[in-house]
Amino acid sequence: MRHDGRPTRGTGAVAATLACLLLASCSAGSTATGSTGKNSLNIGLTAEPANFDFTRTEGAAIPQALLYNVYETLVKLDQSGKIRPQLATSWSLSKDRRTYTFHLVKNATFSNGARFTAEDAKFSIERVTTDWTLVQKTQMDVVDAVRAVSPTELEVTLKRPSNDWLYRMTTRVGAMFSRTGVGKLATEPVGTGPYAVKNWNRGDSITLARRHGYWGRTPHFASVTLKYFKDPTAMNNALLTGTINVIGQMQSPESLYRFQNNSKYKVIEGTTNGEVVLSLNNGSGPMKNRKARQAVRYAIDHKALMDTCWAGRGKLIGSMVPPTDPWYQNLTDLYRYDRDKAKKLLEESGEAGRTLRLRIPTLPYATACGTVVKSQLEQAGFKVKLDQLEFPAAWLTTVFKNADYDMSIIGHVEPRDMQTVFGNEKSYIRYDNPEFRALLAKADQGTREQQITDMRAAARLVSKDAAADWLFLLPNLMVADEDITGLPVNSVSESLDLTGLGRS
Amino acid sequence: MIVRLVQRIGILLASLAVSSVLVFAFMAVLPGDPARVALGTSASDSAVAQLREQFGLDRPLVAQYLHWIHGLLTFDPGNSYISQAPIGPQLADRLQVTLWLVGTGMVIACVLALPMGTLMAVRHRKPSGLVLSALSQVGVAIPAFLAGILLITVFAVGLGWLPANGWTPPVQDPVLFLKQLLMPALSLGIVQAAVLTRYVRSAVLDVLREDYLRTARAKGLRPTRALLRHGLRNAAVPVVTVLALQLATLLVGSVVIERVFVIPGLGSLLLDSVANRDLIVVQDVVMIIAMAVLLVNFLVDLVYLLIDPRLRGGAS
Repeated sequence: MRHDGRPTRGTGAVAATLACLLLASCSAGSTATGSTGKNSLNIGLTAEPANFDFTRTEGAAIPQALLYNVYETLVKLDQSGKIRPQLATSWSLSKDRRTYTFHLVKNATFSNGARFTAEDAKFSIERVTTDWTLVQKTQMDVVDAVRAVSPTELEVTLKRPSNDWLYRMTTRVGAMFSRTGVGKLATEPVGTGPYAVKNWNRGDSITLARRHGYWGRTPHFASVTLKYFKDPTAMNNALLTGTINVIGQMQSPESLYRFQNNSKYKVIEGTTNGEVVLSLNNGSGPMKNRKARQAVRYAIDHKALMDTCWAGRGKLIGSMVPPTDPWYQNLTDLYRYDRDKAKKLLEESGEAGRTLRLRIPTLPYATACGTVVKSQLEQAGFKVKLDQLEFPAAWLTTVFKNADYDMSIIGHVEPRDMQTVFGNEKSYIRYDNPEFRALLAKADQGTREQQITDMRAAARLVSKDAAADWLFLLPNLMVADEDITGLPVNSVSESLDLTGLGRS
Repeated sequence: MIVRLVQRIGILLASLAVSSVLVFAFMAVLPGDPARVALGTSASDSAVAQLREQFGLDRPLVAQYLHWIHGLLTFDPGNSYISQAPIGPQLADRLQVTLWLVGTGMVIACVLALPMGTLMAVRHRKPSGLVLSALSQVGVAIPAFLAGILLITVFAVGLGWLPANGWTPPVQDPVLFLKQLLMPALSLGIVQAAVLTRYVRSAVLDVLREDYLRTARAKGLRPTRALLRHGLRNAAVPVVTVLALQLATLLVGSVVIERVFVIPGLGSLLLDSVANRDLIVVQDVVMIIAMAVLLVNFLVDLVYLLIDPRLRGGAS
């Protein structure tokens, strides 16, 4: 044994390892969001973007973070779902309702320094058809020609009149890209918005920094950090201990009580586009039978279900239309809960002996509702086998791509998605009704009044056919420090619009 | 001695090669298509096929395996399927975070377990020894994530002394770093300490019954001195073995703890990458963990040689 006080080889090695770690840690990712100054804001969210390229990567997380904040559109949606000017100060529609003329802002620049002109707008619109890989690109198929009349005037001619096209220009397909800034979309987004991506600490947070020289109203906060939490309890704790200022998406409504009677916080409850759908496979298996589908709808006690699995928060809608769309109508009466009727219809359908495969994704609302749906259906005489499929990978392949399921539960959060889900007979629901598709086509081309009438008829038709069951509409639940202002009450666009946020 | 060392290195390399084949094979049979996940619900089949080609997923498995190994050996693991960002820097960042967590957890475990285990052995018939023994049983029964949640509830949400979650590099803000490190490291450390204490106790008890210790005492050494001088070195061999196993458990345990404390370490990266079918990242992370475990076992073999001269003599 040595007693001379000199460090041994062992302690030397430990010291060297620690020193290396300390030095190496200079570059290691930080989640230091504890120091929330007056000029910065930390928002807790759930789904982190896979990358920044929403032209080639699906998912709501990328536009949620970037749209309206980093990328801007010619027109944007406001809180009530109305179309408002953004990069276009005004626009007009020709008499034949095919040509839109947009007047653009003069002083907008991209974060790479390039000036925004009508040529960029033309480039962006045309690029959707040529370079995008998502199915949303078909929303630009209706465009016949795009012409940059002058640097501030853009003319878009459609192949046929389309009410839907201008609305879609408020979504990600309407985002304006720089002709010199699309080289590294996945990692370096370049937009005209008030914020630019400053730092992305993968697996943890994205920091947006206010841009100098932004053409519009300068946002209040110099930096906003979007911090991603997989666990709802961890997000609640982060707000309670001051690590974040806002819970942007409350995923555990049963724990709202922790904030409700506390003057330090405010709870915001609005509406969303997220219809939680009990998807039924209309193409094969027992759910191909209309009477069996109707039996399912009568068997579900929607109020009890929402109370049990989402703490009674949300709205019962009975169709694929949220209240912020102009053609909303309450269709919950079409199949009011009636267990006896469900039993009778199930008998008549001849499907009573068959086992239904309820294959749900591993998402909070789906796992919470899955067992309730199973139990309610079994009480009405159905046989149900519940499977959980890992989300996204396993669920996407099994249910969404291969339609290897009888029933599933998924929140369709895209805006105005009745057409994509039910208007395409190849979609995983396999609903094939030419009458329904004709109504949608007519609605798109008609006047605004005709559009509303036809969309209402379409929503009623798909609901009466029991192509699916609409469990409830997800609420937009946010909790924030009491002094935060300008939070979007309703989540009606694809964006989490940070531009109006402030501190009182 | 040298023959034994060469043998050990040979075993290490062979184990690494076998692990890499196993890791790759498991990833290959995992259901779910990375290209489909990247492009999502609305992508057309042709777009998915195009991306599969871009990822190299349409090539034969052997070619994919060799490409992966080549990337690892040249320290260029390529780009992530999903984020399209280079994987190397990301792995390095995450590994540092996890090493801090596991390292501190291990230090806490040792600092608690070695004196407590010895004390429990020395006083195994006295009430204080029994109380310590009961406490360690409770510690063994508590999973690390539960310890983490309890710590958060009491010290972060209840008392407000420590932040509930997050991570800051030590150079950026050393005080906040320590505050954020304390609870996750304790959650890992306390549970490991409980397990380790049991082994230390049993190893020291065995040593206490040995003849040489009785001889040492007969020569006039006090019990504590006899134990420190002649006993601990002998008790160390089984304890070091358990320590190595514990280190592997800590690495795996950190996956859960990182989720509970929202720490961007290797474990969080692994979970996210599995969910997104970012298989190339999953492969790399699992391989790093496998490498760490094998390397620790290798080092333990070396430590045996240092602790126990009999092993050295036998081989040479």
